[in-house]
Amino acid sequence: MSADHTSSVISARVRHVEALLEGRGLLDEGEIDGRIDEFLAGGSPANGARITARAWVDPGFRERLLADANTAIREVGLSMAGGLQEQRLKVVANTAEEHNVVVCTLCSCYPIALLGPSPGWYKSEAYRSRVVRDPRGVLREFGLELPERTRISVWDASAESRYMVVPRRPEGTEDLSEEQLAALVTRKGLIGTAAV
Amino acid sequence: MAELAPGMRVRTRTADPEGHTRLPRYARGAVGVLVEQAGVHPLADDRARGRAASPQQVWHVRFAAADLFGSGDHTVTVELWADYLTPIEEPA
Repeated sequence: MSADHTSSVISARVRHVEALLEGRGLLDEGEIDGRIDEFLAGGSPANGARITARAWVDPGFRERLLADANTAIREVGLSMAGGLQEQRLKVVANTAEEHNVVVCTLCSCYPIALLGPSPGWYKSEAYRSRVVRDPRGVLREFGLELPERTRISVWDASAESRYMVVPRRPEGTEDLSEEQLAALVTRKGLIGTAAV
Repeated sequence: MAELAPGMRVRTRTADPEGHTRLPRYARGAVGVLVEQAGVHPLADDRARGRAASPQQVWHVRFAAADLFGSGDHTVTVELWADYLTPIEEPA
């Protein structure tokens, strides 16, 4: 299990290799930071919120999203192809019967393009080790009390896919526009640790 | 050995390899059900060791929490390479 890398041997080695590559003219100074900035640019929970709002108002889109998320999110102008290669996206939707929650128990895999950088708690060992064993208890600590009859599905991002949860549409939102609906959606809702 | 297919019951590898693996310890030697395919990728264990690895099928595998931890009524769906999985022969 990996934790904090900032002062580790591997970090020092990476910095050393970076300096060597720059010294030999194979890498421009700051090029890696630039590539990382590029990768992060536009990554924000607002993207996940837009996808969610569209899924709430358009049942056809919701169906396409759950079947093949990579293709469906192009309909709202988003993509998982911002990195070196397109990452597979798996979207799961909450219902009255089933609540989904996402974790990466091995490290901190996360759909940065759709949700921005991950919150600190998502990377904590406490969350990663506990939510697979006792999701109901962990969600309660987040202030989310689920009815006993609601089944909980935990998704462990242990390989190459990235995950996003479509929360349930709140009651009494029939008159809201798609944009207003998107404003209701939180980052925690898209991970599954909040209702919306 | 039967070809892996959705709905099939599988057992995960029990070995604890030296170095990197993407089979989480809590899901080792456990029985789960194949839910759906999750792309085709070289085995992460090999890549971490600098070995050539040909792409293989990755699966979403669903486990009952009670089978993993001895308690709990939820499920945990883990994403696992085919190499980690052995089909369970169902009695005819």
